[in-house]
Amino acid sequence: MAKRSTAKLLLASTLISMAIGGTAVAQSGRDYVYVVGSSTVYPFSTVVAERFGRSSEFKTPKVESTGSGGGLKLFCDGVGVDYPDVTNSSRAIKQSEVDTCAANGVTEIVEVKIGYDGIVLANAIGAPAVSLTRADLYHALAKEVPGGAEGELIENPNRTWADINPALPATRIEVLGPPPTSGTRDAFVELAMEGGCKTIPWIKELKNTDKNRYKAICHTIREDGAFVEAGENDNLIVQKLEANPDAFGIFGFSFLDQNAEKVKGAAVDGVEPTFDAIADGSYPVSRPLYFYAKKAHVDVIPGLRGFLREFTSERAWGDEGYLSDRGLIPMPEDERSEVAANVRELKSLTLASQ
Amino acid sequence: MTASRKKSREIVEAGLARRRRKEATFRATGMLATAVGVIFLGVFFATLIVQGASAFKQTFIKLDVVMSESVLAPDGELDLAYADFDGLVRNALRRDFPNVSGRGERRELYRLVSVAAGYELRDLVAGDPSLLGSTVEIWVPAASNVDMLIKGNIDPSIDESLRPISDAQVAWVESLQRSDRLETRFNTALFTNGDSREPELAGIRGALMGSFYMLIVTVALAFPIGVAAAIYLEEFAPRSRWSDLIEVNINNLAAVPSIVFGLLGLAVFINWMALPRSAPLVGGLVLSLLTLPVIIIASRAAIQSVPPSIREAALGLGASKMQVVFHHVLPLALPGMLTGTIIGMSRALGESAPLLMIGMVAFIVDVPGSFTDPATALPVQVYLWADSPERAFAERTSAAIIVLLGFLLMMNLAAVIIRKRMERKW
Repeated sequence: MAKRSTAKLLLASTLISMAIGGTAVAQSGRDYVYVVGSSTVYPFSTVVAERFGRSSEFKTPKVESTGSGGGLKLFCDGVGVDYPDVTNSSRAIKQSEVDTCAANGVTEIVEVKIGYDGIVLANAIGAPAVSLTRADLYHALAKEVPGGAEGELIENPNRTWADINPALPATRIEVLGPPPTSGTRDAFVELAMEGGCKTIPWIKELKNTDKNRYKAICHTIREDGAFVEAGENDNLIVQKLEANPDAFGIFGFSFLDQNAEKVKGAAVDGVEPTFDAIADGSYPVSRPLYFYAKKAHVDVIPGLRGFLREFTSERAWGDEGYLSDRGLIPMPEDERSEVAANVRELKSLTLASQ
Repeated sequence: MTASRKKSREIVEAGLARRRRKEATFRATGMLATAVGVIFLGVFFATLIVQGASAFKQTFIKLDVVMSESVLAPDGELDLAYADFDGLVRNALRRDFPNVSGRGERRELYRLVSVAAGYELRDLVAGDPSLLGSTVEIWVPAASNVDMLIKGNIDPSIDESLRPISDAQVAWVESLQRSDRLETRFNTALFTNGDSREPELAGIRGALMGSFYMLIVTVALAFPIGVAAAIYLEEFAPRSRWSDLIEVNINNLAAVPSIVFGLLGLAVFINWMALPRSAPLVGGLVLSLLTLPVIIIASRAAIQSVPPSIREAALGLGASKMQVVFHHVLPLALPGMLTGTIIGMSRALGESAPLLMIGMVAFIVDVPGSFTDPATALPVQVYLWADSPERAFAERTSAAIIVLLGFLLMMNLAAVIIRKRMERKW
């Protein structure tokens, strides 16, 4: 009895594995839009994908969060159903990436700017409100800061915020932020740190003479414990800020928006991180968000044209669209209509003219 | 003689107290260690249940919807894809609160109800077109912020600017409560829906099906291959340097970090064999590589535990080597092999790192229906929800973890039961 059931079990599992092998061969074509890219754009892209899937006859697009760089790499690998149709990016595409794309046959790319995202420095709601300049941020977080003489760099000596600016509280500098793989970190370093770094004249000069050194000075974050890499999970940073009122956290505006009763944003260069301040460009630490679409896939992959249209529709990215509810800061109306018109015509990217 | 014996006795007696003390300390340390473990586990489960229990309930709002033809089919013809079902929901809300005026205030009013309301009405009309023109009483899910308010996760007493729901909205919710048009029910959407960015619509069905398909592939591949390898290595393979080398490698493979298998899967199954990305088929293949060493090791242990006397008796009665293995050793070793397989499967179920590499960490709304449809898995769903900014996803994350732990518990329980029922002692 026992032996027969054993044999049956083995036979059955062999049959199942053969059946699975059979289905794998049958795979061909693709009837859904395939999106990859930035984890910052992911929350917006997924909402559009879901709304599009529910309101159209097409399947819901698949959205993978790979990071901006990883997304562009996948995107540029080639043309065909195995490759993504759209990649999200929290920065503009680089010339080197356009070249890789072209080398793999991806020659026509449609660039779509979708709006802005603010990066905020926040602390617990019960902690004192602070107002910082970008120069303060640079002096608080850079690995090396200028010493007394021009051209001299010293190990960052600042221990408390008051060391930098007497108007700031005398608490220890402790900032929780994303790891170097994150687009948010890149943008913070570029906009806030470099912005503050540039205020020092001799460093600004360096930009023209020794670009590598300039970058090393402005972009290197200190590693002595004042800046804590807290992982990619922004919810975790919010929780840690609640527990530690002396600490600050760096994350995207949408997390501040959703957790307004737990954390508050610090003013940068005198501007509070509010929806309106980011929209009109007065809040300095904000960046544009993009996605890139493959022209060769339009009308080949079912639903791609519709997905592009949904993303660039007023009900999605408009001033009162559903993406603004999720924390995307809309572009001004004339810019929106210009981008939307380009998308309708599928105007491809020409980097040389930028 | 007696003097020396007395002396040794004295020595022992003198040391006895110290020995007892040592033993007591050791016991106390052991108990403490166990207690610490139990306390950690207890805290873990307690926080999960406290945070996640509320996700199994969802707030619903009752609406009297007039299926007005002038809204749905303004030019006489009903086109389900473009008909303005959201307009019907808005009209119903306006009728409930006739005093609300002004664009901003109305927008706030409309936000009480989930966007799911429009989709539900559409499905209703699609199923029964004769509803057009009638008035329908329907319970629709409340927006996640209203749900959070009802569950006490949003405190209405704090300053209005600090919470995602306005004073007016709180007042409307209270008025709905007074007129019994608002109630909490079991959250069936959590088990019947795929992923969604609207917390009140998000469910684990898609992830559950993805995990299910993956485990089917895993068990179908890993079990026969693992058992066959174990039988060969234990019963047929000659003892040589080569078999020792293989054994060491299998043991090493069992300890390889799981992300490495994901990289392997990406290189071999997706890039080289051109299998589809994000498919449970590829996930299952990767997880079967992951569980294979576990199954081989468990199966070999099970075969080793069959007493040699059984083999010798069968050989003595004229059975061939093959007959000995398949008629006697395998049936006796099977309970142990199955236990090992189930434990390997439960490890595979909880694995998320290798799936990252093969594109299964993705937003997928449609519930997968085959081995090649794009899919996620339960632990991946937990990861995706934990990273979502919307407040209501926090409790859903805990709920998904509770479901995942439930499955793991069931599988491990099955392993224990199989072992207890079928195991034979010699």
